[in-house]
Order: sequence, then structure tokens, then C-alpha cells
Amino acid sequence: MTTPFPDTEKLLNTLIEGIRGNIKPDTGIIGIHTGGVWVAERLHAALGSKVPMGTIDIAFYRDDYGRRGLHGDVKPSDIPFDVNDRDIILVDDVLYTGRTIRAAMNELFDYGRPGCVMLAALVDRGGRQLPIEPRFVGAQVSVPDEELVSLRRDDSGALHLSTEPRPTAHDQS
Amino acid sequence: MSRNPQLDSSGRLAHLLSIEGLPRETLVHVLDTARSFVSVTERDIKKVPLLRGKSVFNLFFEPSTRTRTTFEIAAKRLSADVINLNVGSSSQSKGETLLDTIANLSAMHADMFVVRHSQSGAPNLIARHVGPNIHVINAGDGRHAHPTQALLDMFTIRHYKHDFPGLRVAIVGDILHSRVARSQIHALTTLGVAEVRVIAPATLLPAAVTRLGVQVFTDMAKGLKDVDVVIMLRLQNERMSGELLPSAQEYFKNYGLSPEKLAHADSQAIVMHPGPMNRGVEIDSSVADGTQSVILPQVTFGIAVRMAVMSILAGQS
Repeated sequence: MTTPFPDTEKLLNTLIEGIRGNIKPDTGIIGIHTGGVWVAERLHAALGSKVPMGTIDIAFYRDDYGRRGLHGDVKPSDIPFDVNDRDIILVDDVLYTGRTIRAAMNELFDYGRPGCVMLAALVDRGGRQLPIEPRFVGAQVSVPDEELVSLRRDDSGALHLSTEPRPTAHDQS
Repeated sequence: MSRNPQLDSSGRLAHLLSIEGLPRETLVHVLDTARSFVSVTERDIKKVPLLRGKSVFNLFFEPSTRTRTTFEIAAKRLSADVINLNVGSSSQSKGETLLDTIANLSAMHADMFVVRHSQSGAPNLIARHVGPNIHVINAGDGRHAHPTQALLDMFTIRHYKHDFPGLRVAIVGDILHSRVARSQIHALTTLGVAEVRVIAPATLLPAAVTRLGVQVFTDMAKGLKDVDVVIMLRLQNERMSGELLPSAQEYFKNYGLSPEKLAHADSQAIVMHPGPMNRGVEIDSSVADGTQSVILPQVTFGIAVRMAVMSILAGQS
């Protein structure tokens, strides 16, 4: 059973307008697999960035590898620009505990020493377990702990957020 | 039928002992994961923290440079501590049994054993006797199996040829004594390769080789015709003269991969070799160093594939 969420395309516009004007011509945009990459692709196109977009899969940096093992579907990370001294916007779909962002930052620093690193999230559902805050958000939402917020992309490329019951006790979002 | 000794009670990979008996999804999972590790090995900092705090013991009861080194690099890039033991020169020569050696190393809190042994089945024996959170990887045992070599070969084929079903693959050389060939044949058929051929003199072919689902050729021109992948095997020195083969020169004339013989294969065919090569015996230098050769990329991909295997196994504790 899933329940619909505030209009996702509207949240995306809010996020884009928040970033516009706060981005330099050489700022790099990096999406976190999988939902964050979809959001980053939209941001990258709407903001007309000339720097090619990067992607990160945090599977090799997760803090629950010892408990859950390697995730089934690992995608190659790909950062096609020099991160040294460059401003970076890290993009995720749903910001929750902050553990994904911790992992993504650790991975990012294995590519070099970036300048300013900013976080953009389509939605912030609170519940942080680490001192991590977003610079740009589409909306702050309140969702019960037992529910999972997930992003889906349909055949036309449109994005849809929805909530569903959480399948397992530990999820890193 | 007894349970596959490589899988735990939930069907997950606990040890990598042979390709035989592994489902297609498991092989594909290793190959997919290895792709992500290739991107790690292309960065400035070629290390990820997955195996931090774990100890990997390289147990080589038989000499090897390439395989041991790439396992060591793979483990170090996963942030594991690596201990290399050339067991032939220590405990075993003092009379300690294999299982006593393993028990002692387990008492030193080993998390993973990478084992090469001249006896077929030695890694299986070790896997049956280690504790539940210790993983065993077969790095080549007797004439039985060399699963990580086969996986890195599959990774190389997929990298250059993109998918398996439409391919024709020829394995050339000493099929009889080769654990590499055995593992490759199982991997190729499991991944759905249309046509697997073996090419060798009759004296170097196992009697029941057709039961593995391969086509057998004793003539290079016929066997190589239109193939997409040519895998050359090393001819071991001790086989070069004696009852199986008249001489290395004779072997090269009939089965050595020269440009003329390679011309029978598809013009886009790739040439592979697990190393170490005998130039002028199984392969001509101009082919080994030629544009169709992917022998050095095989070595590079071997690191990523071994990182994938180790991280999948260590995650199942």
C-alpha cells in the first residue's frame, strides 16, 4: 500500500529555484544512486550546468556492511571532473538519518579535496542521526518512522515520491 | 544430493571453491560488482573501507606470482590486513598437517583464507573445517578449479564483447591438465555462451570432455573458424617433451597461435591468456603483443574481480 505525496514536480521546481543564483559556473553536481541521480539529472539540465554530472554509489562506504553485507545492485561511481578545490552540490532524493551523506562524503574525499560541499535533497524527513544539514531542500515533510519514503521514475521521466511501510528494521536513508 | 559446500544455509556464497554448481545470478553478481571496483581502481585513492579490520591470509602451498600478488593488491585495496604465507617453506615442511595449520591461523583471528594447493580439493577440505565466519577462496587447486581466473576471464569477455549468448569461444591447449580450462568451461556454459570449443592434440584432451558441453577440435584452422574469443592455455614445461608431445617446436607448429592461425577467427576476435606465457610455444610474440591481445587488461581486471569476490564473501558473516 502506498500513499501519494506532495506533487513531486513542484518540489523539484522549488529545489531548482533555491539553487539557481547560488551556483558558480564551475560547480559540480553529483547525484547519489539511485533516486539522487534522477534528481541530479533534472537539476543539472534545468540549471544548464556546463560541468558534466557525477554519480556516486555508496555501497563500498556504507556503515552497515558488517551487518547486511554488500548490496545486490552496486553501480559504478563516476565523477568525470577534478573535484580538487571545486564547489560540489551532493544530491539525494530523501534526507533522513544522514548516514548515506556521511558515506557519500567519505567517497567524495577519495577523489580529492573539494572546495565547498553543499547538500541538496528533494525532501527532508527529519530523523537525523548525524550532524548533517542540507543547504537546499524541496520541502520538509513529517513521516512516521515506520514508513519509508521512496522515489520512482516513470517511463516519461517524471518523478513520483510516495510512502510505504518499512520492510526491515534498519534502513539507511 | 548434498548441499553445495560453497553456499550457506540461506543459499548465499560463503566460499568460492569452484564455478561448477554456481547459479548464473551468482556469476553475474560478481561481474556486476567488479565493474564498480574497476571505477575504484581508476581513482587517485584506490582504496575503499569495506574490509577494514579483517585479516586475509594468502596460503600458497604452490608457487604463484601473479595470482598471489593480485589477491594481495585486491585485499589491500579493500583495506584488509594481508598476511602472505609460503607454506611450502614453513610448517608443512616441519610435518604439520594442513588442518593444524588452518586451526592455528584461525586462532590468530583469520577472516579469510586464499588457498592455492597442488592437491585437488584442498580448499574444499579447509572450507569444511573453518568456523562459520571464516571464508575460503580457491586460488587454484590441482587439476580441479581456478574460479577467480575464470571469473576475470568472463569479466574480460563481457568488457570487450558486451554479452555472452551470441559468442563462439575457443580454448586452446593443454585441456587435460588445466584447472583454468575446467573453470572457464563451466563459467562459459553457465553464462549461456552459444558455442564453447576446445582445441588440443588428442593426448591433451580429457576422455569425457564432451560431457562438459563443448565441441572438440584437434585442428586449429577448423576450431578457430569465426570464433569471437581465443583463450590460449599455458603449456607446462614438464609436458613439452615426453609421451604426450614430441617437442615444443612441434607443438608451436600445430597449436601455437600465429597471425596466420588467428586469421581464421573473426576479424574482431580477442586473444586471452591466463599467464605466464611461453612465447614461441603456445603463442607467437606478434600475437601476444598485437592489437587483438587483451592479456594485460586481464591482469588489471583480475584485481577488481578479486575485490568483488572478497567483498561479497566477507559481507556474508
